[in-house]
Amino acid sequence: MAEEKLSILIVDDEQVVRDSLVHWFTEEGYDVDASDSATDALSKLAGREFDLVIADIRMPGMDGIELLEKIRTEQLDTSVILMTGYASVETAVRALKHGAFDYITKPFDPDDLSVVVRNALEQHRLKRENRMLRQQICDEHALTDLIGQSEAMRHVREQIETVAAVDSTVLIEGESGTGKELVARAVHRLSPRRYNPMVVVHCGALTETLIESELFGHEKGAFTGAQYRKKGKFEAATGGTIFLDEIADISLKTQTDLLRVLQEREIVRVGGTQPINVDFRVIAATNRNLAELVKEGRFRSDLYYRLNVFTIHLPPLRDRHGDVPLLATYFLEKYSTQMNRKFTGFDRSALDLLIAHHWPGNVRELENIVERAVVVGHEPLVRSHDLAMTRPAEGAEDLTIDTLERRHIVRVLEDFAWNQTQAAKALGIDRVTLYHKIRRYGLKPPAKAARA
Amino acid sequence: MGPARVDPSVAWNAARGQYDSTRLVAELKARYDQPVIGATAHDLFIPVMTFVFGAAEMGGRAAVFSIHRLRDEFYGLPANEAVLEMRAYRELCHEAGHLRGLPHCPDWSCIMSSAHSVERVDSKEDRYCGECLEKLQAVK
Repeated sequence: MAEEKLSILIVDDEQVVRDSLVHWFTEEGYDVDASDSATDALSKLAGREFDLVIADIRMPGMDGIELLEKIRTEQLDTSVILMTGYASVETAVRALKHGAFDYITKPFDPDDLSVVVRNALEQHRLKRENRMLRQQICDEHALTDLIGQSEAMRHVREQIETVAAVDSTVLIEGESGTGKELVARAVHRLSPRRYNPMVVVHCGALTETLIESELFGHEKGAFTGAQYRKKGKFEAATGGTIFLDEIADISLKTQTDLLRVLQEREIVRVGGTQPINVDFRVIAATNRNLAELVKEGRFRSDLYYRLNVFTIHLPPLRDRHGDVPLLATYFLEKYSTQMNRKFTGFDRSALDLLIAHHWPGNVRELENIVERAVVVGHEPLVRSHDLAMTRPAEGAEDLTIDTLERRHIVRVLEDFAWNQTQAAKALGIDRVTLYHKIRRYGLKPPAKAARA
Repeated sequence: MGPARVDPSVAWNAARGQYDSTRLVAELKARYDQPVIGATAHDLFIPVMTFVFGAAEMGGRAAVFSIHRLRDEFYGLPANEAVLEMRAYRELCHEAGHLRGLPHCPDWSCIMSSAHSVERVDSKEDRYCGECLEKLQAVK
């Protein structure tokens, strides 16, 4: 197999320097291109990848250090060597501080240049190789994280394998703690986009203004506090996957923006005018019934249809009781190794208790309970009293964490006659969080509800 | 074909006290319409480098090399004609390879390997490696 030529981009405003370096590196067998300014270099870098950039520090307009900064902030995958005609310790320190691989003074000793370039490229190659190997390891484990021999889980794994290869949008539905993010990661890892990032956005955790700049990025000065230009999640996910968790929690305004991005495949940064093309795959997840929300007019139907191309439904743990011992053993091994303890399994009573439990918090609850048991239990077997489970009260089977939270919030709000500031204080959360929870659960004060 | 001659003074750079190899190659190319490799005893440079042993137009028809830094005297050693001849021969073949379009070869013993010191020139062998030979034959 012919090895791919390593590529170098020379950036210098002096033609004679560009010419001699291009000639020099062509002879050395590299694939070389040249730019006469940092701006031109950036547009070349936007178009293709270079393994190494060799840039002059002093250039009219944007100088070499600024170029280096841009390359770092845009997270371009390239090594940078800076060169200068005026050697000074100060510039050398500045260059290295900004993340240059090395710094060389013109004119170069040919032998020194060869060594510096070889080292830079070698380091770059190792980094890439490392990333690739890690990815391969991840790929091999992509589906093994999704444990379960139940028919339901087998079906989920099959669906993941089917949908990973095609580039369509995936909607993952499932209660809290069923492992929606694990499924999203598995889809990404098995997809052709796996060498690019999967960017996770927890929509529920962001306020409306924040989510906009988080998703689409912002220009410098777009709002108070926006001191620098920032790439949004969609831009960061270019070539890869964007995982929108808790998609039901975004406002109607953001839903409209999101729909536009999904249709146009381009974004405009907050405070910006220039549309930017983005290439991404969307995986969205929710623990709520989107179809219901659409009926209630709280979720745009057109966005719902965009997202609902291929749906993976994750069963709650109580519907696959048979998987509980398997999962419990998996977590027991995981945490025993992590904490250097020597548990070999569960005794009969512990196992019975695990199987009988209703698991409102799903796999996450099981994981937490096993983790705690590893801390407090006595080796080699976990016993029932090591498991911190409260037996469910009669008739409380449908009490998920969400329902509990909703009920509790309503009670506290009523206690304070819907004074949100006081209620938030009593709940120990800030007012904005309470506001979002009220909206999320669709809570309304009694008077308003009566009018509605 | 008689020996090639060009006046090197056009390539002189007083500030550096050296001759610009790129200018010399251009000069040779303008003067001869046959492939030509110039040999000189002057010290050669290109603007970004402190010196070069030689320079060639990749896949073109003009090249130049210098024996200035191939001589042991340059390094404060007694003159050694045999060593100089061996190094000059290797530089000549190296530049000829470039004229044939060969880039530098990763094989250290190959005449096309990149050498920026006499030690590296000395560690080569008087031959093109198998891969470079194949490429040369493909050009013919």
